[in-house]
Amino acid sequence: MMDAGRHPRIKLMTCSEVVAVSGYMGNYRATIRTKPRYIREDLCVGCLQCIDACVFKKPRFPDEFNMGLGLRKPVYLPFPQATPQVPLIDPENCLQLKTGKCKQGCAEKCERKAVDFEQKEKIQEVQVGTIIVATGFKTVDPHKVPYYGYGKYPNVYTALEAERLVSASGPTEGEVILRDGRKPETVGIIHCVGSRDEKTNRWCSRVCCMYSLKLAHLIREHSGAKIYNFYIDMRTPGKGYEEFYNKLLEEGVQFIRGRVAEVTDWAVKPGEEGKLILRVEDTMIGQVRRIPVDMVVLSTGLESQPDAAKVSALFGLSRSADGFFAEAHPKLRPVETNTDGVFLAGCAQGPRDVPDAVAHAGAAASMAIALLNKGEVTIAPTTAKVVREKCVGCGDCLPVCPYTAISRVEGKAEVNAALCKGCGTCVATCPSGAIEGLHFTDEQLVAQIEGVLT
Amino acid sequence: MKYLYFPGCSLKSTGKPYEESILSVFRALDVDIEELKDWNCCGATAYMAVDELKSFSLCARNMALAVKQHGEGNGEPVQLVAPCSACYSLLLKSQHYMEENPEVSRVVKTALKEVGLESEGLSQKVRIRHPLDVLANDIGIERIKDQVKKPLTGLKVVPYYGCLLVRPYATFDDPYNPTSMDRLIRALGAEPVDWALKTRCCGGTLSGTIQGVGLRLSYLLLKEASRKGGELLLTACPLCQFDLECFQGGMNNRFQHNVQMPVAYFSQLIGKAFNLSDREVGAQRLFIPMKLEAAAP
Repeated sequence: MMDAGRHPRIKLMTCSEVVAVSGYMGNYRATIRTKPRYIREDLCVGCLQCIDACVFKKPRFPDEFNMGLGLRKPVYLPFPQATPQVPLIDPENCLQLKTGKCKQGCAEKCERKAVDFEQKEKIQEVQVGTIIVATGFKTVDPHKVPYYGYGKYPNVYTALEAERLVSASGPTEGEVILRDGRKPETVGIIHCVGSRDEKTNRWCSRVCCMYSLKLAHLIREHSGAKIYNFYIDMRTPGKGYEEFYNKLLEEGVQFIRGRVAEVTDWAVKPGEEGKLILRVEDTMIGQVRRIPVDMVVLSTGLESQPDAAKVSALFGLSRSADGFFAEAHPKLRPVETNTDGVFLAGCAQGPRDVPDAVAHAGAAASMAIALLNKGEVTIAPTTAKVVREKCVGCGDCLPVCPYTAISRVEGKAEVNAALCKGCGTCVATCPSGAIEGLHFTDEQLVAQIEGVLT
Repeated sequence: MKYLYFPGCSLKSTGKPYEESILSVFRALDVDIEELKDWNCCGATAYMAVDELKSFSLCARNMALAVKQHGEGNGEPVQLVAPCSACYSLLLKSQHYMEENPEVSRVVKTALKEVGLESEGLSQKVRIRHPLDVLANDIGIERIKDQVKKPLTGLKVVPYYGCLLVRPYATFDDPYNPTSMDRLIRALGAEPVDWALKTRCCGGTLSGTIQGVGLRLSYLLLKEASRKGGELLLTACPLCQFDLECFQGGMNNRFQHNVQMPVAYFSQLIGKAFNLSDREVGAQRLFIPMKLEAAAP
């Protein structure tokens, strides 16, 4: 990440989003909106003294990167390896930005004079040849699975929260401390939360088995707790993955095959007071078991970003039934999309783990570069063509084109051959019969029919 | 809004206090409610187990009667209030089955034709309501709050919804974590106990057939309710109330434990908070007197 930030040929635009795209393969124009960071990237050297100098002496706002388990100040670096190493100011909580009344300790302390409260949102247009969509994923909201008690019982965590708890740079510096201050003696990790489930998402999220194993290993190492994993099937394909699973089995991590029915605080026996009780059918022994634990980790699945519909409209992408962006071909063209010059990388296309995402991104990058280096591209000759003499300029063809290949030039329709896929929708739509599909003209089709009939 | 009321067998017998209190509370809130004339059994339990189609026909007759009694109205569906969870759930189930299964609607149609009743569009013309739904959503928590004359400050009340009320067909509350009764309890000034067994089985008719199993299910509920510090358990179903209240002696014998918890209908507690008399809410009919004052801290 740092390498990308430092690379002379890579321009990194953070706090930014693409709001409009026009053009076609090799010739895209993207409009990019950059939100103010209130600290000038060109001046800041990343000394972070502004954070110390903030009038809020102690951090007091929930830290997004730590899933709200830690606190931050209104001026903050999102996470230690953030690229670029430039802090930002959160306008919702910054006294100066909210009320205009602040001593501005941060600005005073900054020797480079990089703090700029006057920064405004910036809109700019860039010319690009190809586009790679790598907008990532979202983890399933655990509230969608109410019977696991997330939000109701404080010691039910999502995997991402647990991950921050075991991280050395996390809010507890790697110590596993529960929300009530205790250290857990037993931990239950529930797999497939919002995955492989008719009520939420039907697909396997692919990464949860392995990250659950990682968490089991780390929580056990950091706290010495007894760990239970509740799984439907263990899915550990990948280099070294099955071996890691076996290692955990040898370490004494418990694996119970069965989907947990519920997490409650329903203590029945004396030692269960204050614990969370998991009820599960252990399908290996054919018994319903109640297992009391101190901490529950929900291995939430992956789903598409909430604004995926917007992004798909922006880049002309289609989406598969699960909501992720659809590739051009599930086996042979996994990084291309149906829009030429737009590629997919990582979990935006479907759940995948880090090595797979890196490989996918590498493929997307090389395809994008290869396309750019060609200079010229070969397209199929079966495109639509407007017969200008016949076109009356009614514009009926414009909205029906799925590839936005038709535009109005001097009052008449014109097909951009670089965008046209020759689907023929406009040919059928045109009331004047002014558009013909090359190689599939009416004459050709009629001749074929005649040939068949005679 | 005007409501028609379908008592079902329980509210005229073991569930008498439920009927008395519901009607008193509705009266106190100025809600227009009238009993369905010539109603019959809803078809629950025995009928359903032996011949499901017959039970649907029984339900459909009640609904057809409701449509007849309601008249044209202004085109609005008739609001049929069924306080017993079994009636409520079975009426809803019949509507679903009649909509989705042509065989069911054919049998129902033939049966109703025989007695000169119309079976067309019963699922649209009748809206099945539970009084909890009516109180929490139509009348509203605020209006109930305004009527409270004797707030039950500090009383720890356990809301028990039972298995049939919020699932599988009801839509007025969350099937996993219903909260209507919790909100009502809070409106009365009392404190709802948050517990995990809100919708677990009370034992149902097992208390009469396989008593060991039935009593155990009821006992688990009461034990957990008292462990959570509950002082009074509220139900919304006559069978739950019966199971949980009447067999407490038997449970204590069988499980060598001493649970004693008053079990009342939610409408009775509302009535008491409205300062209605014991007779008006049927409080004298309970085996274990209703508790209305919080224990000293």
